[in-house]
Amino acid sequence: MLKTFRIGGIHPKEQKISAGKAIQTIALPGQVIIPLSQHIGAPCQPVVKKGDTVKVGTLIGKAVGFVSANIHSSVSGTVLKIDKALDASGYKRDAVYIKVEGDEWEASIDRSPALIKECILTPGEILQKIAAAGIVGMGGATFPTQVKLTPPPGAKPEILIINGVECEPWLTSDHQLMMEKVDEILVGVTIVMKALNVQKAIIGIENNKQDAIRLFSEKVKGYPLITIQPLKVQYPQGGEKQLIDALTGRQVGSGALPISVGAVVQNVGTLFAIYEAVQKNKPLIERVVTVTGKEVKQPCNVLSRVGIPINDLIDMAGGMPETTGKVVSGGPMMGKALPDTDIPVTKGTSGILLIPTLEAKRKAMKDCIRCAKCISICPMGLNPTLLMNLTEYEVWDRAEENHITDCIECGSCSYTCPADRPLLDYIRLGKGKVNGIIRARKN
Amino acid sequence: MSVLLTAVATLGAIGAGSAAILYMVGQRFKVEEDPRIQEVQDALPAANCGGCGFPGCASFASACVKAESMENLLCPVGGQNTMDKVAAILGRKAPVAAKKIAVVRCNGTCESRPRLNLYDGASSCTIASALYGGDTGCSFGCLGLGDCVDSCTFDAIHINPLTMLPEVVEDKCTACGACVKACPKDIIELRKQGPKSRRIYVSCVNKDKGGVAKKACDVACIGCSKCQQVCPFEAITIENNLAFIDDDKCRLCRKCVQVCPTKSILELNFPPRKETPPAPKEEEATVTA
Repeated sequence: MLKTFRIGGIHPKEQKISAGKAIQTIALPGQVIIPLSQHIGAPCQPVVKKGDTVKVGTLIGKAVGFVSANIHSSVSGTVLKIDKALDASGYKRDAVYIKVEGDEWEASIDRSPALIKECILTPGEILQKIAAAGIVGMGGATFPTQVKLTPPPGAKPEILIINGVECEPWLTSDHQLMMEKVDEILVGVTIVMKALNVQKAIIGIENNKQDAIRLFSEKVKGYPLITIQPLKVQYPQGGEKQLIDALTGRQVGSGALPISVGAVVQNVGTLFAIYEAVQKNKPLIERVVTVTGKEVKQPCNVLSRVGIPINDLIDMAGGMPETTGKVVSGGPMMGKALPDTDIPVTKGTSGILLIPTLEAKRKAMKDCIRCAKCISICPMGLNPTLLMNLTEYEVWDRAEENHITDCIECGSCSYTCPADRPLLDYIRLGKGKVNGIIRARKN
Repeated sequence: MSVLLTAVATLGAIGAGSAAILYMVGQRFKVEEDPRIQEVQDALPAANCGGCGFPGCASFASACVKAESMENLLCPVGGQNTMDKVAAILGRKAPVAAKKIAVVRCNGTCESRPRLNLYDGASSCTIASALYGGDTGCSFGCLGLGDCVDSCTFDAIHINPLTMLPEVVEDKCTACGACVKACPKDIIELRKQGPKSRRIYVSCVNKDKGGVAKKACDVACIGCSKCQQVCPFEAITIENNLAFIDDDKCRLCRKCVQVCPTKSILELNFPPRKETPPAPKEEEATVTA
């Protein structure tokens, strides 16, 4: 019996049709648009101006405040302007437009493919390098990594958990990265273990990635402190709290952080970025993106620089099928439908999913039939139908009592609802409101 | 017989004792309530809409009685009549407040603002605006999903199915402000209703630069400041590429309406202009002078 988390969960059709497709590098376009807000937290302050020449890896946006992450140029060329551009949030935000000229890299970046295993830096120096490289959680949440690796005073991390789950259907970018960069990821694990001073690391991989499990089990023999744990395929196992429960049996309390049970969770993509930042001085300027969909001609995994328009990636996968009704950034469960395809790839773009019109159409909402399916599948043990109603009628105090702020927005409730009720849409709204009320109360 | 008498006597004694205690407690903890509060409350429309800024008519009534003067106290539903009645009860005089009305500051109809994508999520403006900028190129404009309609207790605002924009029913709108609060895009504003319901306002809230705004919507305010220059009363200010007409200063001369290159300034309930061609020339002369 394979391990998994204990409450709720669903198993949507996996649809990983791009699995096993080698990572291709996409050609540079004539111009890139690099948004200055690619992470959770304060947007960056631009440090370049119109007409400046930049190289690959030049700092263009400086982090403001503690929860923020630096942004670097992903191309070499000239800064055209700093102006508003539509980003994946659906709103216009500040972004740096760069005209691409050649491909010249900053001299400090080590571009050789050689694997550097040894890391002689102190934990403090490692964190500094991670912060300087602007690394954020690559699973999609884009939380600045150095903040996550700085435990709050009094907390002691005991175990590092590596998320190789990729529980979203369709997406294969993490899977392919694990297959191609296994050594680098394992060095990344040792670096983070050193930074956190922990003696134990578990890599959780879902059982639908047998090749990755075999490869990692083989390679991990050289690392006595790291173990591999195959997991039952269950969504949303990639959620921090679900993964900690599945791998260690520890449950993170309501409103608490994973560090409260001594765990720190990192995605495999983030670990690869950490390896490159610490050992190769390479800032986070590119990532693997899965481009896929039911009618996509060549579903693929693309190594794309940040700032390349999503259109280019779609062209690489054989162009946009005529039947496409919705373009989603991320996976089908938690991804965001995009209002436009000129939106650039950012640090958090894990996939581009093209959904045909017929499947993309949301069905009309019907009355709740009180089947309680949403309650039985909620991985956080919440009552989604109640939370939706409380939000609809704006009963914020009861919504707070019913732990609306614990919702991880996995979308399992909306997925499973036989009456097609937009449960998550309302709960997300209510969660935002209640969080605002809580913040106002504290101030 | 004696049993009966004892029972009656005992019960009578207990009853008299309790009555005495209750009377004493009643006297000791008596709450003096101003009888005028009830009178004022009876004079109010009992809509409990919250438009006055208080939770309901009862709390507004007690606020009126407690307040020193009638400044800043207005029941938008009852209007001047009700406030005069309330003032009479309290022996004061109500200040004359200009009647206000809700105006929708977006004129991005389906023709002037083409739809670029289709939203089919939960039918709520608040949810849609949390997800993205909207189904047109303008991320400031009306989403047309009707949060304002849902919030209105007086059936005074409706979505026009042709334009997909809300329209205010002048006779029904009480300026309670519920729609102003409900709109996530801050499009609806309470403005003076104006003499004979005539009013002029900038029907746009787009803060993008002129070119960007114009590209998204034909009738967007592009912040060109022509209206500001032509206004003889300094009623127009431009902030963040957006013109705003101060309804205290505006004297309804309509000069700005004519010079607006994108027709984003609307005039309501005015009689048709007599001679349109010579009018703009005069204004151009004033601009240069």
